[in-house]
Amino acid sequence: MNIIVCVKPAPDPKRWDSMQLDPVTKALQREGIPSVLSPLDKRALEEGLRLKEKHGGKIAVMAMAPPSAEENLREALAMGADEGYLLTDRAFAGSDTWATSFVLSKGIGKWGTFDLILCGSYSLDGSTGHVGTQLAEFLGIPNVSQVVVVESIAGGILRTKILVESGYRILESPLPALITVTRDINTPRFTSLFGVIEAESKLLVKWSARDLEVSPDDVGFSGSPTQTGDVFLLEMKRQAKMLSGEPEGMVQEIIRKIRQALG
Amino acid sequence: MGINYYSGLLSGQPQGTPPAISAEICENPRPNLKEWKGIWVFAEQEEGCLAEVSLELLSVAQFLAKKRTAEVGVILLGYGVESLAEQLLAWGAERVFLAEHPALEKYSTLPYVRVISNLITGIKPEIFLLPATSLGSDLAARVAARVSAGLSAHCTHLDINDKGELRQVVPAFGGKVMATILCPKHRPQMATVRPGVFRKGEPQKKRGMIERVAVEISPEDLKQKVLEVHREKGPARAIEEADVVVAGGAGIGNKDDWKWVESLAEVLNGAVGGTRPLLDEGWICEDQMIGQSGKTIRPKLYIAIGISGVIQHVVGIQDAKVIIAINNDRRAAIFQSADLGVAADFRKLIPLLVGNFKKI
Repeated sequence: MNIIVCVKPAPDPKRWDSMQLDPVTKALQREGIPSVLSPLDKRALEEGLRLKEKHGGKIAVMAMAPPSAEENLREALAMGADEGYLLTDRAFAGSDTWATSFVLSKGIGKWGTFDLILCGSYSLDGSTGHVGTQLAEFLGIPNVSQVVVVESIAGGILRTKILVESGYRILESPLPALITVTRDINTPRFTSLFGVIEAESKLLVKWSARDLEVSPDDVGFSGSPTQTGDVFLLEMKRQAKMLSGEPEGMVQEIIRKIRQALG
Repeated sequence: MGINYYSGLLSGQPQGTPPAISAEICENPRPNLKEWKGIWVFAEQEEGCLAEVSLELLSVAQFLAKKRTAEVGVILLGYGVESLAEQLLAWGAERVFLAEHPALEKYSTLPYVRVISNLITGIKPEIFLLPATSLGSDLAARVAARVSAGLSAHCTHLDINDKGELRQVVPAFGGKVMATILCPKHRPQMATVRPGVFRKGEPQKKRGMIERVAVEISPEDLKQKVLEVHREKGPARAIEEADVVVAGGAGIGNKDDWKWVESLAEVLNGAVGGTRPLLDEGWICEDQMIGQSGKTIRPKLYIAIGISGVIQHVVGIQDAKVIIAINNDRRAAIFQSADLGVAADFRKLIPLLVGNFKKI
């Protein structure tokens, strides 16, 4: 089985508190905050590795990201992916979900014939959850969102369990297909030292807009239907009156506040 | 996954860029944009019940329609759901596009995408709003790709700017950053909204009508099958409906102490919620998780117990009228977002509170 796992390196959430907006340019200051693979990226890859162990084949991991994402792809190779593809070009900067899925579809088209594409159900930073689904549309294949169990793959049919707000569903899709995975699908394996060493000699390819034969007009800022305007930090501060001391003394004050809120 | 509209910000590009784009559009307006009229909503239904969020979206659509002097259209797909179409008229829809077919009874991506994309390219709505539910997001993304529309996710504010464009405010980085999204050159302007973010309006005198849509589904679309649908009811009291919500966080520490959160909710006739770590522990269901990847709530009273107050949580409670936070760590971030902060051990405090309310 040929499997492609698409990942989205994003700034490490542990460091989000140190991000600031530049008061003049309104740009988000994220210097020094390293990008990481998201937990959902790792789950998508883990699921791919398990499917490969069962059905054979190979796994390519692909990202559209700045050149620095090479180290994130290297990590995915260390986890067990066979090949890495980094779609990177200045022309891709500013791509919205539409343009991003378009670029990924070109990367996958160049890569070749596949059976299954796995993505996390949303990214760490924008968290739109749209790219996987849009990628499937551009590739003209069925997609399954919010997969929590890959139940079986047999006779070219993929059977999955998906999560929805009211419960769960069991779906069948013909292959090739794209699935987006949820947090509960598996627990990703740890990377071994051996894996890290092995990753150094695995294939890691960079493809530019020219390699993908995409026009700069169709990608990046100019190819994106949505445009980002003002950016601001959410102000959620309130002036808390602080109580401390013995619990008995504080109880009456809390009750007064509760009554006031409900009155 | 996927780089999205934030990547320009993230890659440290000069932020003069977005305004420059708007200016360029000002000079070269595309005439065909004028052909796109009307504010549409996708009405999510399951087993003959309208999802509450459909009415919330309808209320926002009415607000936008007034500003654009446009009609409000609602798309309803299913099988045997005409009564829901009537219900939507009663909530102010002016046109209900009703598509009924056995293949549309249960949500399935490809048939739904085909019917809706055909409607969009045929009738040309200017704006199309969908619920940011599991199924609504799946539908929105695929439709937007098919009809080349701009799509934003999880909008917290929607308005019309002075150029008549849909101004969408969306969170990024778990709500730490908010960004304004515009879609200047493409139509429709599509956006998803999570349940509970907007309030539903009031029932109105019916003035709209139902328009039946011819359903054409390709055999290719039917190759994907929904084999089973399982409904698992959430907690008795939905947290987004409750006047009082009592929630716990990682500071609760062990399962034995969780009962204090529940007993305080009980005496206050409130609902019980929690943060992401408690969902991971299995103490609460998905339906009870409050914050960026869970529910947005706006109760009269929110009591946070043992909650540290990371941004991903606070973004879901910012519209609560009164917030009381109890945490034994004086420096907990939650106190910055509270009206009353109590630096104390909840294990000692809550029994006293519960006892007091029981006496009344």
